[in-house]
Amino acid sequence: MNRSRRLKLQVFRVVVLVVMATFFLVPIGAMFEFSTRSTTFDAPRTLESWTTIVTYPALVAAIVASLELAAITSVGMLLLLLPTMIWVRLRLPRLNRIIEFLCLLPLTIPAIVLVVGLFPVYLWMANNISDSILTLSFAYVILVLPYAYRALDAGLSAINVKTLSEAARSLGAGWPTVIWRVIAPNMSGALLNASLLSVALVLGEFTFANLLGYVNIQVQINQLGQANAGVSIAVSVASLMFAFVLLMVLSFVGAARQALRSKPRATDPRLEAVWGQKA
Amino acid sequence: MAIQATATGDPVVETARRPREGGRRFPLHWLGAVPFIGYAALFLLLPTGIVVVGAFTSNDGGLTLSNFSALNRQYILNSFATSLALSALSAVVGAVLGAAFAYAVATGNPRGALRRIVSSACGVLAQFGGVTLAFAFIATIGGAGFITLWLRSHGIDPYAKGLWIYELPGLVLVYTYFQIPLMVLVFLPALDGVKPQWREATESLGGTTWHYWRYVAGPLLLPAFLGATLLLFANSFSAYATAAALVSQGDIIVPIAIANLLNSETGLANPGLAKALAFGMIVIVAVVMFLYAVLQRRTARWLG
Repeated sequence: MNRSRRLKLQVFRVVVLVVMATFFLVPIGAMFEFSTRSTTFDAPRTLESWTTIVTYPALVAAIVASLELAAITSVGMLLLLLPTMIWVRLRLPRLNRIIEFLCLLPLTIPAIVLVVGLFPVYLWMANNISDSILTLSFAYVILVLPYAYRALDAGLSAINVKTLSEAARSLGAGWPTVIWRVIAPNMSGALLNASLLSVALVLGEFTFANLLGYVNIQVQINQLGQANAGVSIAVSVASLMFAFVLLMVLSFVGAARQALRSKPRATDPRLEAVWGQKA
Repeated sequence: MAIQATATGDPVVETARRPREGGRRFPLHWLGAVPFIGYAALFLLLPTGIVVVGAFTSNDGGLTLSNFSALNRQYILNSFATSLALSALSAVVGAVLGAAFAYAVATGNPRGALRRIVSSACGVLAQFGGVTLAFAFIATIGGAGFITLWLRSHGIDPYAKGLWIYELPGLVLVYTYFQIPLMVLVFLPALDGVKPQWREATESLGGTTWHYWRYVAGPLLLPAFLGATLLLFANSFSAYATAAALVSQGDIIVPIAIANLLNSETGLANPGLAKALAFGMIVIVAVVMFLYAVLQRRTARWLG
């Protein structure tokens, strides 16, 4: 590579990186700036928007509801997906493709389309079972399936499920013991990945909740935005930082782990959020 | 036919194998997959089925195509046109800028800190959307946004020709915020497949930088680039939350038109039409994702 071309390349790289860094950092900085503005002009900066968060009972209720939804969705996802995936690997390998297809399907079907189909289902559930906001976790489990599936699949591929289960079975363990006390503890990293990712997705979810008529944190932030932009932007920043930290931890953990092990099969690059970097 | 079936030997093997299964007529281990498949059927396949069947069903239950004849109403056509324009524009802008970003990263140290940070950040930002993203841009270039105020204090009014942030140009700008990171994630592996030897070969044959890009790297990267653009198109075509938080009035894009048709408060609820629109979205996304898969296969063959 000659000198003038190397120089041109360096200039190109610096310009692109500076422009991109500006484009991605300025809006986040602007949210901080906006949330510390005072209500009157020319007054000094204030944290009023942040401190008044707790004075909105509806907002606090929505935050609690979203955290509950995140917890229920993570647990529900693990209870549903983990035993199925282990069972299919051990006894029903023919079903593997079908399970994978079902799990990745929600990436292809737009959320708004699923909502249209879920609308009558939720109407029926509200009339016959419960109209609690926590019923949203049924739909959220579907929403997190692609990401949870890839995280768990990577974890299961990294351990020898067959040997572990045969050893446990030969010592007299029942299937629940095999799944929850033998295999699960050996893939704690993957379980953590799948759960954190589910939490991050549920906390940022808006489409399902808004259209099915439930008030979660995002819906509440949106409503509050009409009345008090400062407070709603403060909550946005807080939820954003929370999700950023969760996902950043994930992708760094994932990148480190991936450097040690073979890389998972690539399908939809939207799933790369789980691993961050393809080493 | 009967002779042929015996000739293949299949039925003989079948009967010979039975005793190994313990003579069990109904294999019980299939039950293990029932909870998951049942759940997916109830909350994933049933809703999809409701949309597909509902699109061809009138509101009183008969089979009909009338839902689709309602599609040629002007506001529906407008929302489809805006959706397609928004998806195409944000896909192309996101693809071009994302490719440049990916190239800037790919030409650096493959094990360096920059690459790790950019990859991780892109993984996070590609998921970033919805209310928070809309608010971030309102805080930046909204009527009282950070940049807007700064520009005004320097005598420039970005909104002299109307509040474009709440219209198509604004949506394109906001969507780029998650399209560029997605493009980086998709395109970086393709750029990694480009070998430095190809450039050296071009140069040793007397080719210039232009020749290299025009006849070697360009054609090799083209399927990956087009495929990624299609994925970005599908991504923004499906997006609802960001636009809904940014634009509160009207049926600007298809997902918002669907949402308004579901919402009974406006008095415009029309479940049949909502399903027809949703069916239209499924068809468009399915076609785009199919083309993406085709291009992806070619990319894997050339740059794998």
